[in-house]
Amino acid sequence: MARVLLRNLNKHYETFHAVKDVDLEIQDREFVVLVGPSGCGKTTTLRMIAGLEAITSGEILIGDTVVNEMPPMDRDIAMVFQNYALYPHMSVRDNMAFGLKMRKFERAEIDRRVKIASDILGIEALLHRKPRQLSGGQRQRVALGRAIVRNPQVFLFDEPLSNLDAKLRVQMRVELKKLHERLGTTAVYVTHDQVEAMTLGDRVVVMKDGWVQQVGDPLELYNNPANKFVAGFIGSPGMNFAAVTIERDGDALWAANPGMRVRVPDAIVTRLGPHSGRAATLGIRPEDLHIAGPADDAGHCFDAHVEVVERLGSEILLDVSVGPSSMVASVPPTVRTKMHETIRLALDPERLHFFDAETEAAI
Amino acid sequence: MATMQAGSGAPRPRTRLLEDERWLAFFLLMPTLILLGLFIAYPFAKGILLSVTNTRVGVPGDYVGLAIFEKIWNDGIFREAAWNTILYTAVTTVFKLALGLWLALLLNRHFRGKAFIRAFILLPFIIPTVLSTFAWKWMFDPTFSVLNWMLREIGVIDQRINWLGDPDLAMGCIIAVNVWRGVPFFAITLLAGLQTISPELHEAAAIDGANARQRFIHVTWPLLLPVTMVVVLFSVIQTFADFQLVYVLTEGGPANATHLFATYAYQIGVRTGLLSEGAAISLAMFPVLFLVVIFQLLYIRRVETR
Repeated sequence: MARVLLRNLNKHYETFHAVKDVDLEIQDREFVVLVGPSGCGKTTTLRMIAGLEAITSGEILIGDTVVNEMPPMDRDIAMVFQNYALYPHMSVRDNMAFGLKMRKFERAEIDRRVKIASDILGIEALLHRKPRQLSGGQRQRVALGRAIVRNPQVFLFDEPLSNLDAKLRVQMRVELKKLHERLGTTAVYVTHDQVEAMTLGDRVVVMKDGWVQQVGDPLELYNNPANKFVAGFIGSPGMNFAAVTIERDGDALWAANPGMRVRVPDAIVTRLGPHSGRAATLGIRPEDLHIAGPADDAGHCFDAHVEVVERLGSEILLDVSVGPSSMVASVPPTVRTKMHETIRLALDPERLHFFDAETEAAI
Repeated sequence: MATMQAGSGAPRPRTRLLEDERWLAFFLLMPTLILLGLFIAYPFAKGILLSVTNTRVGVPGDYVGLAIFEKIWNDGIFREAAWNTILYTAVTTVFKLALGLWLALLLNRHFRGKAFIRAFILLPFIIPTVLSTFAWKWMFDPTFSVLNWMLREIGVIDQRINWLGDPDLAMGCIIAVNVWRGVPFFAITLLAGLQTISPELHEAAAIDGANARQRFIHVTWPLLLPVTMVVVLFSVIQTFADFQLVYVLTEGGPANATHLFATYAYQIGVRTGLLSEGAAISLAMFPVLFLVVIFQLLYIRRVETR
């Protein structure tokens, strides 16, 4: 077990700056997820921690040791790869034992550890098989087993579930979480799937274009996104955005565009004050919209034209247009509405977000 | 079905014939069958027929049973040719594999001009064997040998070496030229094999604590083995039946020291006109090649079903 420290980490390829000034402290026993779209630098960061990629500048510490120049084998880490990377010519047992054999463990100790790991993962019956005789989920377990037997300081996961079908992915996600609970090994996990990030991570690091956008626990990212990118990336379906102008009317502030005019709640009037008269982006999550009722303040309601009705069973997603902008509203399955109707929606003022139109930072 | 036929009209007879898969298969296989029959099966059968007679050029000959085989079995030059063929095949294959693997591992790395070098490597393999072998013959020429000139310039020798005139040296020379010619095939094929090995496996092994040597032994080599086996077996078949290289360089000489099965068969059968003996010598290769081919087929099947 150990903490992992990234200090001012940078990676340049010949013409491409892949990872930019990443600072991150991963606590002992913590499960940290790096998430972001393709090319955001998350996998490169992980590979630098593993020692598979050279560091251009900055420092990586595992425990209290700077590992910048240390080869992967000496870093006391184990990695689970996206394509499992099982040795195809070795049995499951040999795959799991390989790392221990290379480290000259006693035969009995190897057997003991393989036994424990295969018990945990429920793959005792597969030990004599070759990887090609296994299903995707079983291969994934073997890859996990290979990491577990080593009992390393840090687990590194590189999109380990992305090759599984949707149902199995959900199942393995839960098992991974339990496994981490049980072993308590520090884990760094890379994924492009925000649901995976939210469900697995003690903390989630959102990256884009090589920059860290925000670090926080899942609810923090959901409730207080640092910028428009994080706001749009976290949550499914994504947050609705509308370009608005902030208008002052006496003590009150209004966010307005040709389709809506929303009163800014008192709690953030002070913060938003300096932006009056300027353009901004309003953000509201689909689940924070509902069909307007008598209790709703007129200043938080607006008309919406229904374009598509997606009935998902547990909820209905309404794709609507509000003036110039498109929005999605998540409403209960009991709501009766049809395409091309005009309905009145209300938003939860406590859940409103505003972003600077230029910097896209949260206001 | 009935309505469809009514609409489009009955298909023409030839089209209907081709829609029958048995006929289609027959038509498609026909050209290959004719070629194989004409150039492989017929000569092979003819060879067997010749070898059990005492036919020579201009003399039709009679059936003599296995007398010809007995005769060549007791022929000292035949025995020498057999030994030469085995030695030639074994030594060249070992060198071709070792050098080819080494080259493949080098070429599998990233470096500037990789594509160019990879293409360049193939040159000995692309040039017609007879042409490149003639160039080698000049380099081994007793008078004009560039090798002798170089060795003398750097002071290793003070007397000309008669490369192809000395029995042992001549054998070494044909082995060297065969290796030179065969390495590219090994290198490129093994390189292709190396590139099918996922880099993730090497990374996983590196993290698992294997150093470069251990990664080669435990990951690269076992995964490359199927390709290696196929290349080696192909090469063994070709080298065992080699003809043109030796024919151009030494014609089996000096004093029959470099005869292989093929060159000796040609010498006896065509040059001397003892057709049945030539055929028998050629057929002597058959059991060995047959075993190699069987082994190869079995191995490929095992790998495929693995």
